[in-house]
Amino acid sequence: MSPKLKLSCCTSALVELRSFLQRSLEAYGFSEVDRHQVTLAVEEVCTNLIIHSHASNPKEVIYLEVKELKEKLAIEITDKGDAFNLLEYEVPDLKKVIEEKRKGGIGIYLVKKIMDEIEFESKNGENTCRLIKNFPSSKKPK
Amino acid sequence: MLQLEKIKEENKDILRLIGEVDASNSVLLDQSMQEILEQGTTFLLIDGSQLSYISSAGLGVFMSYLDDFSERGIRFAIFGLNEQVSEVFKILGLDRLIQIAPDKSTAIKLAHES
Repeated sequence: MSPKLKLSCCTSALVELRSFLQRSLEAYGFSEVDRHQVTLAVEEVCTNLIIHSHASNPKEVIYLEVKELKEKLAIEITDKGDAFNLLEYEVPDLKKVIEEKRKGGIGIYLVKKIMDEIEFESKNGENTCRLIKNFPSSKKPK
Repeated sequence: MLQLEKIKEENKDILRLIGEVDASNSVLLDQSMQEILEQGTTFLLIDGSQLSYISSAGLGVFMSYLDDFSERGIRFAIFGLNEQVSEVFKILGLDRLIQIAPDKSTAIKLAHES
């Protein structure tokens, strides 16, 4: 059975998200660094949804499901907020972020660097973001 | 959970981060940095040896002070990061913008050279 989590839309729930992911990712042979990074990527997407699509309203929820596919792992994040398609999000220039003293905007950059594939679809008011990481054995040598 | 400890050592300020920094508590890190800055620090070290996790919310706080530090000539370095956390700094290329050292004495040396 694929591990699932219902997450309340408040940033204090992020700690629960991390422990769910750490537990769920253990079975797949990822290194500790990879598990840490995948956890971070999923958290970045969820943080964005919580703050920007759901205005940190704890009554609203995000659903997570960890799915084992052939040679890769998909973490599916589903919500009913305003659609945020991170594929269309233009990653800011790091120097600009520093100059403008912005404290946000770099989370999606991390997600794009960490994950092997990102899919997004929005259907009937429901948004699904799929973050995909190849299993270690199928990793191409760098 | 995040615990912040401010330590004064000769002419240096050390901010020790214990636990995890995420979007729920990065404002606390920001406040502590702001306070240290307002007290006129000239040398700030971040002790990250007990930091187990940091998301972009926390990294963004450090980034937002980099210009201030260089404009005011404040020496700044981070030390003691574990492998996982240190990798996150590297993904963003922050290891090229911030002095990151394995331990305190190396951090002091690096900050002096910068």
